[in-house]
Amino acid sequence: MINYLFKRIFEMIPTLFGITLISFMILHLAPGKPTDVLADFNPKITPEARERLEKMYNLDKPVIVQYVLWLNKIVKFDFGESFSSDRRPVIDKIWDKKQPLTERRLFITFMLNVITMFVILVIAIPLGITSATHQNTLYDRITTTSVFIGFATPSFWLALLLMMFFGVYLGWLPISGLKSMNYDSLSLAGKIIDRINHLILPVFVYAFGGLAGDSRYMRSSMLEVIRQDYIKVARAKGLPERIVIYRHALRNALLPLITLIGLSVPGLIGGSVIMESIFGIPGMGQLLFMSVMTRDYPVIMGIVIIVGFLTLLGNLLADIGYMLADPRIRH
Amino acid sequence: MLLILLTGCKEKSVSYIQSDTKETGYEPAYGDTLITGSIGEPSVLIPMLAGDSASHDIAGLIFNGLVKYDTDLSIIGDLAESWEISKDGLIITFHLKKGVKWSDGVEFTASDVLFGFNTIIDEKTPTAYKEDFLQVSKAEVLDKYTFRVTYKKPFAPALSSWGNLVVLPEHLLKGKDITKTTMTREPVGLGPYKLKKWVPGQELILESYKDYFEGRPYIDGYIYRIIPDPATMFLELQAGGLDMMGLTPLQYTKQTDTEIFKKNFQKFRYPVFSYTHMAFNLRHPWFKDKRIRQAIAYAIDKKEIIDVVLFGLGSPATGPYVPNTWPYNPDVKNYEYNPEKAKQLLREAGWKDTNGDGILDKDGKPFEFTILTNMGNNLRKNTATIIQWRLAKIGIKVNIRVLEWSTFVNEFIDKRRFEAVILGWSISPDPDQYDIWHSSKTREKEFNFIGYNNPEVDELLEKGRRTFNTGERKKIYFRIQEILAEELPYIFLYVPDATPIVHSRFKGIKPSPIGISYNLPKWYVPKPLQKHAMEP
Repeated sequence: MINYLFKRIFEMIPTLFGITLISFMILHLAPGKPTDVLADFNPKITPEARERLEKMYNLDKPVIVQYVLWLNKIVKFDFGESFSSDRRPVIDKIWDKKQPLTERRLFITFMLNVITMFVILVIAIPLGITSATHQNTLYDRITTTSVFIGFATPSFWLALLLMMFFGVYLGWLPISGLKSMNYDSLSLAGKIIDRINHLILPVFVYAFGGLAGDSRYMRSSMLEVIRQDYIKVARAKGLPERIVIYRHALRNALLPLITLIGLSVPGLIGGSVIMESIFGIPGMGQLLFMSVMTRDYPVIMGIVIIVGFLTLLGNLLADIGYMLADPRIRH
Repeated sequence: MLLILLTGCKEKSVSYIQSDTKETGYEPAYGDTLITGSIGEPSVLIPMLAGDSASHDIAGLIFNGLVKYDTDLSIIGDLAESWEISKDGLIITFHLKKGVKWSDGVEFTASDVLFGFNTIIDEKTPTAYKEDFLQVSKAEVLDKYTFRVTYKKPFAPALSSWGNLVVLPEHLLKGKDITKTTMTREPVGLGPYKLKKWVPGQELILESYKDYFEGRPYIDGYIYRIIPDPATMFLELQAGGLDMMGLTPLQYTKQTDTEIFKKNFQKFRYPVFSYTHMAFNLRHPWFKDKRIRQAIAYAIDKKEIIDVVLFGLGSPATGPYVPNTWPYNPDVKNYEYNPEKAKQLLREAGWKDTNGDGILDKDGKPFEFTILTNMGNNLRKNTATIIQWRLAKIGIKVNIRVLEWSTFVNEFIDKRRFEAVILGWSISPDPDQYDIWHSSKTREKEFNFIGYNNPEVDELLEKGRRTFNTGERKKIYFRIQEILAEELPYIFLYVPDATPIVHSRFKGIKPSPIGISYNLPKWYVPKPLQKHAMEP
């Protein structure tokens, strides 16, 4: 077991290396340079001044040299400095130690994703089980249709409709951001309520789109399990249906979901980019979006390596979870 | 001075055609907070290092310059009490105001200006605004309140360049690497506002500088919220989360035309210092011919484009200047919509529809070309579509290609791989446009990318930047506009209007050709209407 873990962790290193290499190359294949923001179509910049700027960022060197320079730093856990005019260290942008924990971008994105994932599971699992046990009934069809509507609805459109209804028309919920203007003057309870209010819409929109996948997986996995012989045996023993389903079938039906959760990390982070931009949430997704727009290579690479690491970690945890849950693959 | 108008750039909130100002009997009062929104986050608050409009929005409230533009576009003193320009136009001597203090209490003196100047010309300073200052041969401090610069040759735009780019607190920055100081994010300035708190990705909170040299601003707080999505921003405005933002033409004409908006907000409208145009690649054999360019101009109805694309919120452009400003020549050749004339000019140039497919041809080649424009700017895309439709009527087939900005610039503009493009320039109040029209500026990354070459225009441009007298300069730039209108290297399409909206509790807004925000420190909210108290 321990050996297996070591092997897996060791294997992560070349994978992560590959991820960074490919991302770096693709990034540099895209036209445009970080200096464009300052220099493009600005008659005050002479071609010489542009060259000076490019030299300053090492952009005049071949891509592979730039990659090695970046790699040299990253192995020492130095993420480098942003190319945007603030020149802040990348790590400060993602994980600003001067800010309280709840204001740091990585934390915000992480929490948003954890909460969303939690909401999705809490709804999707019972939904999947019940539609499996009521297969082909009206209930099954209604839930299936609704989760697919959620899957098919463009999230930005739904977000705007809900903002209009709950934010402008009813005035019940805040429209964007993470906290209110008067946040600092609120009591602790007030602060918590304020935060929750700000999270309701983004988490709802985010989770609504993600229900389909997990609930459908849950349904099909459940359907497969309840056709197994041991379920028949359980039923034959005269156990109540509730115990058959929730004690015997569910445990086995949940197994594929472990993998699914582990694999959903990159998708969730990708979704954060859209959600955080619409709702004005200052997380890592928003930073990634702005950095891509300005070709801020070091920041993009910093986020890529974090997301890459989280993805691999998700896979690893899924495998470990699987091993713990399923004795058959422990060897 | 000149920057291409990028999509989604927040328009500076300014105006002079005001729709509904209610001048009331209220007394000016201190207090309240103005909340505005931006799709982008500032990156650095030292003006000379900033490249984006968000950074300049905020840095502009924190730093002042030696001179500034008055509402009639003349140059007036800001930190400078007065100045003299030597007869040959080579030496400018500034006399600074006395007793102006940085927000940390230290007095502002001439050595701060010299320090700023030395910093901006320093090789190692990554700034986009060096060029004007490299023309200076000598800069010196004569005494505490007198600063003198000597130019290599007369340079008319020189005076206006002494704005807030070169005023830096020497006592805080001396001997430090400017890109590494805390000043970039915690600036100490001498403008009407100072930065109180910056929450990355969320908001910048500014508070008024009580000892501002022109008097304490009435509004105590200024909050700049970062809301990346424009639709979300508009909803925030409706929900009371914002007091001021720039509206799109659709929002201005339709979506804010409700009772609630009329009651709670005041809208402004004024021409932006920019114009949208269609530029031809003059190296292309067809577009070399002036008659073709003129024919296309006759076939386009500018009024129609403005009505459809901008909902009427703009004015037709006839040259590279904004109507009603001093360099603007109203009497140049105008191309009224006239498809018959267009067809006739094309016939003269040898284009006929010989095979009856509805498309003109010459030497067996159909008249078909592609208009390129950049992604994300629907105004330009829609303009292209209307032009495509209009040109089809006179037998020219137009294709439209919308490209991502970097691809557009690097692969097509820089490599000269285009036939026609739709783009916009934003322009400075100074009329010098040497970089755009002079025939020496055609190298890669330079701005005469269409390859325009006219010796008379070259000469006029050189003369224009050597002449200080406004009357004489006016003649020069009037002549340039006549030539451009005749030769049409660009088809000048329209000058859009900026359309900001401000909550109606804010009083004292005086619209002018340079907009509304120039007198922000004089805006006020009468005591009974104040909404937000600034935390001490």
